[in-house]
Amino acid sequence: MGFNGTSPLLDQRGELRPEDFGAIRELSMNPIGDRIISAFFSPGKETVDFASFVRILAHFHPTETSRSRDGVQPEPANSRTRKLKFAFQLYDQDRDGKISREELLQVLRTMLEMQVTEEQLQSIAERAIQEADLDQDDAISFDEFRKSLEKVDIDHKMSIRFLS
Amino acid sequence: MTSAHLLLLICLISGVTSVKGDVALLHQEVITGISIVTFKWNHVKTPYLVALWILVAVLAKLVIESFPSVTNVIPESALLICFGWILGGIIWAADLQQTFSLTPTVFFYFLLPQIILDAGYSMPNKLFFTNLGGILLYAILGTVWCAATLGLSLWGCQAGGAMGALDIGLLQYLLFGSLIAAVDPVAVLAVFEQVHVNEVLFIMVFGESLLNDGVTVVLFNVFDAFVKLGGPRINAVEIIKGIISFFVVAFGGSLVGLAFGLLVSLLSKYTKNIQIIEPGFIFVLGYLSYLTADMLSLSAILSVTFCGVSCQKYLNSNMAESSVNTVRYVMKVFANGSETIIFVFLGISAIDKTIWVWNTGFVLLTLFFTLVYRFIGTFIQTWWLNQYRLVPIAFIDQLIMSYGGLRGAVAYGLATMLDDQRIKEKKLMIGTTLIVVYFTVILQGVTMKPFVTWLKVKRAAVAEVTLIEKVQNKVFEHSLVAIEDISGQIGDNYLRGKWKIFEEKWMSRFLLTSEARKKQDYIFNVFHQLNLKDAVDYVDEGERRGSLEFVRNESAFINFKKKLGDEFSEVLPDIMAAASDDPDAMRRDPVSSVSLQMHEKTMQGTRETEDIDAHHLLQQHLYKGRKQHLHRYSRNHLDINTDDNEVQEIFQRTMRNRLESFKSAKMGLAPAKTITKHTKKDQQQKVIFIYSIEYMGYYTIASGGSFPFRVNYKAGAGIENPTFMPDPDPMAPMQIPPWQAEDEPDGSTVSPSQRAQVRLPWTPTNLRRLAPLRISTQSTDSFAQADTPASQEKDKKWPPPPPPPSDK
Repeated sequence: MGFNGTSPLLDQRGELRPEDFGAIRELSMNPIGDRIISAFFSPGKETVDFASFVRILAHFHPTETSRSRDGVQPEPANSRTRKLKFAFQLYDQDRDGKISREELLQVLRTMLEMQVTEEQLQSIAERAIQEADLDQDDAISFDEFRKSLEKVDIDHKMSIRFLS
Repeated sequence: MTSAHLLLLICLISGVTSVKGDVALLHQEVITGISIVTFKWNHVKTPYLVALWILVAVLAKLVIESFPSVTNVIPESALLICFGWILGGIIWAADLQQTFSLTPTVFFYFLLPQIILDAGYSMPNKLFFTNLGGILLYAILGTVWCAATLGLSLWGCQAGGAMGALDIGLLQYLLFGSLIAAVDPVAVLAVFEQVHVNEVLFIMVFGESLLNDGVTVVLFNVFDAFVKLGGPRINAVEIIKGIISFFVVAFGGSLVGLAFGLLVSLLSKYTKNIQIIEPGFIFVLGYLSYLTADMLSLSAILSVTFCGVSCQKYLNSNMAESSVNTVRYVMKVFANGSETIIFVFLGISAIDKTIWVWNTGFVLLTLFFTLVYRFIGTFIQTWWLNQYRLVPIAFIDQLIMSYGGLRGAVAYGLATMLDDQRIKEKKLMIGTTLIVVYFTVILQGVTMKPFVTWLKVKRAAVAEVTLIEKVQNKVFEHSLVAIEDISGQIGDNYLRGKWKIFEEKWMSRFLLTSEARKKQDYIFNVFHQLNLKDAVDYVDEGERRGSLEFVRNESAFINFKKKLGDEFSEVLPDIMAAASDDPDAMRRDPVSSVSLQMHEKTMQGTRETEDIDAHHLLQQHLYKGRKQHLHRYSRNHLDINTDDNEVQEIFQRTMRNRLESFKSAKMGLAPAKTITKHTKKDQQQKVIFIYSIEYMGYYTIASGGSFPFRVNYKAGAGIENPTFMPDPDPMAPMQIPPWQAEDEPDGSTVSPSQRAQVRLPWTPTNLRRLAPLRISTQSTDSFAQADTPASQEKDKKWPPPPPPPSDK
């Protein structure tokens, strides 16, 4: 696993800080690299230990549909809902359970090329919210988020094989 | 009306063919005097017939396509075969022999190459190579499996007496198996074209059909040689030779194709002066690659495929736009035409009494085994393959994959090439092959669509996805890349990244013209398209207004240049407010003189309505992830690829964000993790000076004004950051691009567009690389840097703060 060996994340302390992630050059070439980094850290904490690191990465494990579900087992990290929740939190930085227009705008800004003007961004964000917002509260809740993505093949798009 | 014409033509053909017998006599007459007009049939016979046949085939297609209700149910290929039957029947009735049939020579040398060339040239490369492992598995193992099992089973059945008295040895059965086993690309394309299954499924079947030619050729030749040698002479050496020949044939064929592909790419680099016949090269060289491979007894289909696959990118970049379009369209014409002719002839060839030797057992058993073994083989292989695939192939997809193993003209062509001295039952085999082909193309073709619908196979995404989906897809892409980087995995991306580096460093430099390499810069592309669209709309507007008078109006000129993505006929300010019924409130204030610039959105997003089409905007401007993008292969649908290179922008932006958040952390403002909010009303000037900080990139960034995501650059940025600067490149000096340096509103007298125009074109000598990022060699800011002085300040000097922005 990258944490302790093969990745550039050097670590002798047993935990990671944001600067360690920053050392990965490719992440700075990723428009949402910073958000991904901050997703590893629980709100308020400045470090992440190995267990939490793995837990976050587990979100990207391919979904196993064959797993039998009994009510006792907690929902696995790589279930569709949890993956979507992870994606949701990439938008929802203040963790209030809703993607406000401002948050959406921020994400759009980082993901769109610089040629796009502010007005165009605003109108895209507005359209996006219109399309997804069902209860007309001008923000996208997790349920609305999930509903608008129900046609998307999350398995395909959010899975990485980890040494299995 | 068309059917009547067609019938007329048919009568003409049959008339002509029956007349030709009599005409021969005419030419032997003694010439007694000058004949004013002579009927020189023999002179033009061959070309005339060829042309006539092509015409007939195409007319048949015309007739068929005019009944869309029928073509929805029955695939075109099946209808063409039926038409061939009818035609064959007519000719048979006229001639009492089948004068026309699909001969191997005509098929393999004149009809097949262009189809394969088209397939290779339009191949969605990323999709293909991503799934290459699976495709190879099916192509090689699957074909060998089908051939072996079919041959053995049939032989076993013969030994068991199910087929009566047949004189076919085991070797001949294996030979027969090898020619029947191959899935046919023409048939697959023809049927899957109309069904639009999801792209992974399609590329699996289609890729298999292309690559299995390597195996088929080898098997066929090996068993053919064995049959000629005779049973007793086969020993271990021969078998080993056979196995080796597989590798030689397959790889050799691919290498020949690659060589020709590179050759044509190289040639296209120098064809700037002969743009008019530039398109011809690919056809000639593609054909030559086919023939060369065939000459060396290598796999010709593989050769043409890889020729097309390898030259795609370079040809599309190097050739003029018109040439690129020409190549695409001509290829489609050839491919479509060939396919039509093939199917018609497949039908005609059946109406021939001489080939039909019927053996119920043989035929039925062949059919049965072909189907069954295909299913079994596919399932076993997929089960094994799924252990190694990230997203396993669903059971339903496997069903369709098995059912989509269509046989076609290749099998028939091979069957007619059988040596009838050694193989007594050649006719039986030909007949059976035809039956199998008809069964798969007609029956399986007809039932494919309902089957796909009934099983709810995932279809290719046709519907326009919602904005959220679009954005989210991109977010997923980027997340995956990020996670792979974090976890240090060598995933697909690693290999792809390495290949991209190699390709950019060596191949692009060698094979692309300097202009093409320039055009790889996305920004330039956008600018170019903007200019083109502007020009067109300018003239349109002028015509609409009756004259180009309005051009001379200065303010109109400037406002025309303003692009907010709306309809260009509404450019004049006085009519715009009145006529625009656009709901977006924010666009009502007329932002002035935002000009013909590269940081505006590309014109492809403009629509008839006044709304900014948010979907198109998104489509055009989302950064592409390093894992790449959708692709659709279709015989009838031509798409243009766009290549992006936004790594620069993303990097700059990230650096700026980190700087800002770091700075605000340092200043005791919001904690480092939150993202500073930029609003339109945010008048705060954020000036960030250079510090020697860990996260610093190459430049200082000052942002301000109401377009905060546009970046102003300051000269003299020169911070060494060991993490980010592996090679000591001199810092590129930057200047504030003039259209950003002044944040004044409409007051500026000189329209920035004009200033920008002054700055163009940039000269290569002043081009500087923004950052020695491995991935990209292009600078998105080449325009800004075009006029910067060669000298640079490298010392850590704090630059003077920029002028304060005026209020908006």
